[in-house]
Amino acid sequence: MSQTQVVVSGTKSAPKLRVDHLGVVYDRDGQSMPVLEDINLEVRDGEFICIVGPSGCGKSTLLNAMAGFLSPTSGSVSIDGETVTGPDPRRILVFQERGVFPWLTVEGNIGFGLSKLPRAEREKRIAHYVKTVRLEGFENSYPSDLSGGMRQRLQVARALAVNPDILFLDEPFGALDSITRVIMRGELLRIWEAVRRTILFVTHDIDEAVQLADRVVVLSSRPARIQDVLTIDIAHPRNISSPRYLELRDELLKQIGLAYEI
Amino acid sequence: MSAMTKPRTWEKFFWPLIAAALLLALWHYSVVWTATKVFPSPMNVEKGIVELFNKHVLWADIEDSLRRVAIGFGLAVGVGIPLGLSLGWYPAANQIANPVIQLIRPISPIAWIPVAIIFFGVGDRAAIFLVFLGSLFPILVACVSGVSRVPPIFRSAGRNFGLSTPQLLARVVFPAALPQILIGARIALGIAWLVVVAGEMIAVDSGLGYLVIDSRNSGKRYDLVVAAMLMIGIIGLALDFSFRGLERIKSVRWGFRDAS
Repeated sequence: MSQTQVVVSGTKSAPKLRVDHLGVVYDRDGQSMPVLEDINLEVRDGEFICIVGPSGCGKSTLLNAMAGFLSPTSGSVSIDGETVTGPDPRRILVFQERGVFPWLTVEGNIGFGLSKLPRAEREKRIAHYVKTVRLEGFENSYPSDLSGGMRQRLQVARALAVNPDILFLDEPFGALDSITRVIMRGELLRIWEAVRRTILFVTHDIDEAVQLADRVVVLSSRPARIQDVLTIDIAHPRNISSPRYLELRDELLKQIGLAYEI
Repeated sequence: MSAMTKPRTWEKFFWPLIAAALLLALWHYSVVWTATKVFPSPMNVEKGIVELFNKHVLWADIEDSLRRVAIGFGLAVGVGIPLGLSLGWYPAANQIANPVIQLIRPISPIAWIPVAIIFFGVGDRAAIFLVFLGSLFPILVACVSGVSRVPPIFRSAGRNFGLSTPQLLARVVFPAALPQILIGARIALGIAWLVVVAGEMIAVDSGLGYLVIDSRNSGKRYDLVVAAMLMIGIIGLALDFSFRGLERIKSVRWGFRDAS
């Protein structure tokens, strides 16, 4: 393996997000189960990071710890040098499915985190993000009348509307059919290029990771450690049949395959 | 009609009408064949209803019964939902309160009638108290269980957007539990209608329940007794039907199984 085990921060400036010797141990029926072990990671502002790894390895646990929903057993997560102690509107977690509120319309969902804004400002913000995720014409629809892909776009819009610094996405397209998933990747990249937020994206789909990420973090099986970090040095839009793409994809597949054997 | 085919529109009305007509015929001929002097035939009852309307007592009694249900049920909603949300949200509080709730819940509101009369005397407030007691528990229990079934994802999302606990309860937990609360409230409304009639037979001297017992006591007018019973059935059905209309409101429709 050409990549080193140590994570190299790609910038000279301070990282946006820093994970420092993070460890999480679950307590199940009095038995302690280590899930994450000594995770170290630095993420630059505006970077798109994908986290992959064998299923059940703790990808979501890592994301939840970074988003502040889970307090680490050891180590720490800090954002802009400030230790994360709980969830915060400055960083929003987007769930796999059923994350939008079914009792609110599209507008109501996008405006959910904006109740402190004056009415005119709020409406402007809602209209803007309706447009960003291309849900024009569905402002007054309820989630039950939307397709799975539209619901996920709505969830992303609700998250973006509060102007977060960081988006955490937990397999956001995992429950969609494969065609919708491909379309959603394009949409997410388009949105990311427009708003330039830091994104941490958990997926079990190797192609998804190579198509989206600046860097791909590979976790080992439980207890998860960072096995490798791959830099995807291909400019967007990415040609998914270029030799470099296939090379990186094979490298990742190999990594995951090895992970299964550990 | 086979089970596989959908009934046509006229069949939806035709067969229930046939069933009702058969029941009326059975009733009529039972009265004729047994030659009873006490129990009224359908025609006697129909005359009884007309008589009640003409004497103008029926409207006043209906109004009294409906008012008691509205106030008692309204109080139960006003107490049951905030209490249920709190108990559902704080399992420790629920553990303390639940045994008491489970102990009081199976006591029929009818058994409370003597106590209600001691508290409030014979009158409106005693009947309202009974309705309140009868409808409180279904709402409370539905609310507690509704809150505990709110998907953790909704709570997490609410917290992520910086909501405080009261905001989270009002803006996430309550709307998420509302479909189940509505089911409890619908059961509660049915019970309220049962209880008000029973309460009015003893604790008060107006309303449909009083009409039933008064028609019997003053002259054994069983035609009027059955007429009042029929009115109770019709109004109960109308209450339930209008309450079901709430399930079609868009912001709760997602929570009902036949949601489209």
